Amino acid sequence: MNGISVKNLKVWFGSGKDRIDAVKDATFDVPKGESFGLVGESGSGKSTILRAITELAPNWSGEIHVAGRTLDHTRDNEFYKTLQMVFQDPYASLHPRHSVDQVLSETLYLHGFDNIEKRIVTLLDDVGLGPSFRFRYPHQLSGGQRQRVAIARALAPEPSFLLLDEPTSALDVSVQAEILNLLTDLRAEHGLTYLMVSHDLAVVGHMCSRIAVMQLGEIVEVMTAEDMRAMRPSHPYTKHLLEASIGYSREAAADIVV
Amino acid sequence: MNLLDVENLWVKFPTRNGVFDAVRGVSFTLGQERLGIVGESGSGKSMTGRAILRLIRPPGQVTADRIAVEGDDIMAMSEKEMRSVRGQRISMVMQDPKFSLNPVMRVGDQIVEAYAIHAKSTKADAKRKAMEMLEAVSIRDPERVYRSYPHELSGGMGQRVMIAMMMVPDPRILIADEPTSALDVSVQTQVLRIMDKLVQERGMGLIFISHDLNLVSSFCDRVLIMYGGRIVETCVADKLHEAQHPYTRGLLNSLPRLDVKQERLAVLERDATWRDTDSVSGAR
Amino acid sequence: MSHSDATKQTLREWLLTDTPQSRHQARMVALYQGWLSFSTNTMAMFGLGILICLGLVALFAPLISPHDPFAQELGNRLQPLWSEGHVFGTDSLGRDILSRLIYGSRITLYIVALVALIAPVAGLLVGTVAGYSGGWLDVILMRITDIFLAFPRLVLALAFVAALGAGIENAVLAISLTAWPPYARIARAETLTIRNSDYISAVKLQGAGATRIVTKHIWPLCISSLIVRVTLDMAGIILAAAGLGFLGLGAQPPSPEWGAMISEGRRFILDHWWVATIPGLAIFTVSLAFNLLGDGLRDVLDPKDGGS
Repeated sequence: MNGISVKNLKVWFGSGKDRIDAVKDATFDVPKGESFGLVGESGSGKSTILRAITELAPNWSGEIHVAGRTLDHTRDNEFYKTLQMVFQDPYASLHPRHSVDQVLSETLYLHGFDNIEKRIVTLLDDVGLGPSFRFRYPHQLSGGQRQRVAIARALAPEPSFLLLDEPTSALDVSVQAEILNLLTDLRAEHGLTYLMVSHDLAVVGHMCSRIAVMQLGEIVEVMTAEDMRAMRPSHPYTKHLLEASIGYSREAAADIVV
Repeated sequence: MNLLDVENLWVKFPTRNGVFDAVRGVSFTLGQERLGIVGESGSGKSMTGRAILRLIRPPGQVTADRIAVEGDDIMAMSEKEMRSVRGQRISMVMQDPKFSLNPVMRVGDQIVEAYAIHAKSTKADAKRKAMEMLEAVSIRDPERVYRSYPHELSGGMGQRVMIAMMMVPDPRILIADEPTSALDVSVQTQVLRIMDKLVQERGMGLIFISHDLNLVSSFCDRVLIMYGGRIVETCVADKLHEAQHPYTRGLLNSLPRLDVKQERLAVLERDATWRDTDSVSGAR
Repeated sequence: MSHSDATKQTLREWLLTDTPQSRHQARMVALYQGWLSFSTNTMAMFGLGILICLGLVALFAPLISPHDPFAQELGNRLQPLWSEGHVFGTDSLGRDILSRLIYGSRITLYIVALVALIAPVAGLLVGTVAGYSGGWLDVILMRITDIFLAFPRLVLALAFVAALGAGIENAVLAISLTAWPPYARIARAETLTIRNSDYISAVKLQGAGATRIVTKHIWPLCISSLIVRVTLDMAGIILAAAGLGFLGLGAQPPSPEWGAMISEGRRFILDHWWVATIPGLAIFTVSLAFNLLGDGLRDVLDPKDGGS
């Protein structure tokens, strides 16, 4: 299969008695062209799965296949041309001393592209930033603008797969809508496959067609977005998450044993 | 009598490019109710909360026609008098207990300190009160938590400790600035329940500042929506979805919805005139 | 509006713009904003002013010096301040103190420049490589750093003099060898924080190797704290060189190095206090200037990691 396939993935940090198993046993498939969501609370291991796929978290075992290739613990430039990642915090994912132009030209240079000038202009255009943003530094950009730059950087090597780690959690509601629309448009335009992590069920329900719910390092349920919208969870934890996402109600809260 | 009266509050900061108005002419009142203040970043909502407690230091300038707590004008008070208002009559719970609890003091000692500042009591008495408070926020193991350091507690536990600390002097008003934003969704409900219970039991007023529209509309009684330093709309919380102002409508429409499939989210079109219209009064 | 007014306004606007049009402009804008921030700090500007004067004095020494700093006039020894032809008086060999002070500024600047070039650069290299690699390399490099840190400056200088002979270059070398370890520590601490940042992860995902990451991504972020630390350390370095000169280990007579001047004037301190005190005041002023400059730079360069 030429999408992303994960089997029995275990990811841990530390060793010996300090070892923490962030992901205990994850198995799921993302067919090419799909948008798949990983949802859970903090400590559920959802972001860690993304880090294992990119080898930013090197202590993992199990099987990971991307675009028909089985991954080991090394990654080469060809891999980086296939799969890229957008990070959560736009305030931390851009180098504070590098201008937008530097970020993009370095990326393009590292991947061996020519006509860098033209590509930079096109990339900025693709993410909805005009040429006036090109030489700005991150502190001259708003959160939404920074995230657009991060997306441009991820798109520069023309990947087929995009891993999105809570891409809008740090953004205002109105900016979130813009960025989510941008991501939707880009996926349609470039035929991308998305693996998106979020703690926000509404965001994931909007962006993804299938969703895996994680709790404490394990996937407890994989459901379709329709099932989620129709409030048809199978697992009690999913039910609990769905209810909490709706908002606060005195009656529901009173039932909780605090 | 209202618990809190705010009339024409302005908060200004001088910057290199002129004076920046963070809060522009905000007026509202608070009774024994849960009042939500909703806005995005830069709307002035947090500044409003801090201005009420007079926590804004120069070069920031706070001016108001009147800020009164149970009828007493606090704008006229000296810093010394304000210190007896802060904590004792108005308290504030902030977003992340990691940053608002002293990391090198045991939690119990911090609660005792909060109590001892305002009440003359023996050490044993203060400890007893602190333990009572920890039980009141539904901590099942108050002895252990009393002796813990903040980094040993989870987010939800830390926030409950924060609430205990802020409630121990028995204030009349609680200002909560994004109290659940750093918490997981399931823990949020627990913390909100505790705040709800305490506020109800003691007949307090609660100001709940947040960016989360859904949360505020489900938790609070009344909502003020802020934009660009002004209140653009006020409404009863469960009628939020019938809001009139284009900004509120725009915000509501731009939220992704759990129950309905949308192809694209409606993007908020900002109108420059929203900044220029006068602030709507948030009086009851 | 005259043509020059129009161009001047455009230059300022060009430097204050929010939307730079080229890499060059963006850099100029960032520098200009840093300068504006810095110039609001009066004390720091004062420090900067003094240092600029020092530089000018050193540069134009032959032109402004009233006498030859080496010319002895034994009949005119130990003249007090404000004597005829000698504003600051003369020393024990009849040499004009003001002229010696002026030429001595060149030596002071020489010392400062050499140490500032060697110590922080060495420290940056060692610290960033240790911090980024981790593991055995980190341990080894840091233990080497500890060894150098344990050396008292003067003891090392004595060892150098014994081995290589006295002289200003050896003194500078001795000072640099004891001055670099703190910079290595700072650089390593910064590297440890930075290397876990998302922007480093992001560039790793573009296939960047360790060399590129350390030189293009980590060094730019370490440089500001190093610059601040260097300027704050300058005072100590000048005093260390003066101390070595005082002990006869640095600049050799008849060189007008300020520390050596104090040493020569020590014998006369009770009756002819100015011979030792004037060079002492010069050292004090320059040290103070570096401190004020360093304070000002720290406010501009360090604030909450985001200042450009």
